Amino acid sequence: MKELTVISGKGGTGKTTIAAALVSLAENAVIADCDVDAADMHLILQPEIIETIDFSGLKVASIDETLCIKCGICKDACRFDAITNDIRIDIYGCEGCGVCAYVCPERAISMIERKAGDAYNSETRFGPMAHARLGIAEEASGLLVAVVRDNARKLAEKYDRDLIIIDGPPGTGCSVIASIAGVDMVLVVTEPSVSGIHDLERILDVADHFNIPAVVCINKYDINEKNSLIIEEYCKDRGIEVVGKLPYDDAPTKAMIQEMTVIEYSDGEFSNKVKNIWENVREKLT
Amino acid sequence: MKIAIASGKGGTGKTTVAVNFVLSIENVQLFDCDVEEPNCHLFLGFNLEKVEDINILTPVVDKTKCDFCGKCSEFCQFNAIAVLPEDVLVFPALCHGCGGCAMVCPKDAIVYENRSIGIIEKSKGGNIEFYRGVLNIGEAMASPVIKALKKHVDESKTAIFDAPPGTACPVISSVQGADYCILVTESTPFGFHDLLLALDVLRKLEIPFGIIINRCDIGDDRVEKYCDTEGIPVLMKIPHDRKIARLYSEGIPFVNRMPEWKVKFVQLLDKIQAQI
Repeated sequence: MKELTVISGKGGTGKTTIAAALVSLAENAVIADCDVDAADMHLILQPEIIETIDFSGLKVASIDETLCIKCGICKDACRFDAITNDIRIDIYGCEGCGVCAYVCPERAISMIERKAGDAYNSETRFGPMAHARLGIAEEASGLLVAVVRDNARKLAEKYDRDLIIIDGPPGTGCSVIASIAGVDMVLVVTEPSVSGIHDLERILDVADHFNIPAVVCINKYDINEKNSLIIEEYCKDRGIEVVGKLPYDDAPTKAMIQEMTVIEYSDGEFSNKVKNIWENVREKLT
Repeated sequence: MKIAIASGKGGTGKTTVAVNFVLSIENVQLFDCDVEEPNCHLFLGFNLEKVEDINILTPVVDKTKCDFCGKCSEFCQFNAIAVLPEDVLVFPALCHGCGGCAMVCPKDAIVYENRSIGIIEKSKGGNIEFYRGVLNIGEAMASPVIKALKKHVDESKTAIFDAPPGTACPVISSVQGADYCILVTESTPFGFHDLLLALDVLRKLEIPFGIIINRCDIGDDRVEKYCDTEGIPVLMKIPHDRKIARLYSEGIPFVNRMPEWKVKFVQLLDKIQAQI
């Protein structure tokens, strides 16, 4: 079984558009939407949810006011500044470590489970899909990503699929690392802006750091062809292949409004170039 | 006053708004809280100097004292320390630095050492006070860097926080403590869906907000209709202008070439002050 993650560093470069297009071209893939705190793939694929699984993130501290003597020992011990001056828990600051409960001389603090989101196993017109919804203002998005990836692997086994296409989040931190750890390849979608170039360099460093082979796709390459050339030169120097350059086109937005992948929506230049990218990527994965 | 700029969906124009906003108003500080992929400096051209390393405490086990009882590993909620029959393994990238393992160790075998996970930098010279955080490559936890960054807020100035995309912990760390949050969106299905998620976060954190619609002539009118129904102020609309896109791609703030927009950003600050 192979796993491919679509990432970008910078947000809004077209990860989900391209991942959804690849899903509609792949014939035997499981889909995993790992951008769990701003998931959008379902808006195009309209999955029918088969199974919903409760996701409990980290625990959260809770103070029993009837036992608390406001001694402040917990506040001093908390490394996350998650206990206020009047000895209450800031639930958005609490990381669930349990130190406050351990040091409390009155045993007034307990660590309680909290539901931090839902994970879903679904069916789409292109095959099985694992996705999730992180609860509002909840932490532990990296853990939820790990759950979605685990669910996707189980779906792949159950339905005998040999590829998982993962739509990753932007950035370089916790949920990105969880989305790319151990995958066979990452497809980095970038754009020819100074921000796109800067963020590409960092995300390629992250892929290198975890020893994951990377290929690059330049979206909206014609917005600034000079910068596109800079990206191509840069990738060449790093020994990374640019597997495709996509033009600026309103087809992806129009397709999104129709709840279609761009491949379903049109067979114009944009779609044809995505098909070439897919052929190229599929060859590299096998 | 502290104003955060967030979005839910990435690439909607947070940094564009943040940079052009600070270039249009007086007595201002800019904080690039997108420590995973900071971009503001690319538009400002300032020289940067390091202010501090952001360290978190990571356990080091003295194996001559350790009797491999396993209490530390049992306590750790983050699976950052594993005890084998005759060895202890620490996984620094998973450690949150809570200090619990040393507290529970009956042999006093655990001490802490500082591990750098990122840095804070500030601008040298220039008329805008600019700070940014940078998370080291391969590090998972952005929040400690963001929290340290925001300690440089000068309460006598207007502070602008350019937040990362999404709605998870780095976003919460960025917007927490702000008096107001501008949400930059585009009126597409993805933009709108992620805007709703971001709105839920701000409502839960009880931070007042308004909306800027970027590339307002692509997509459809779903964002405006929603704001209208919910009584959410639309603070500004920025058209999908090839010139603005081109300037952005080259790292040039558009108010520098289209000065008529400076007035609009001054009015933006007035609108926010009137709302809170």
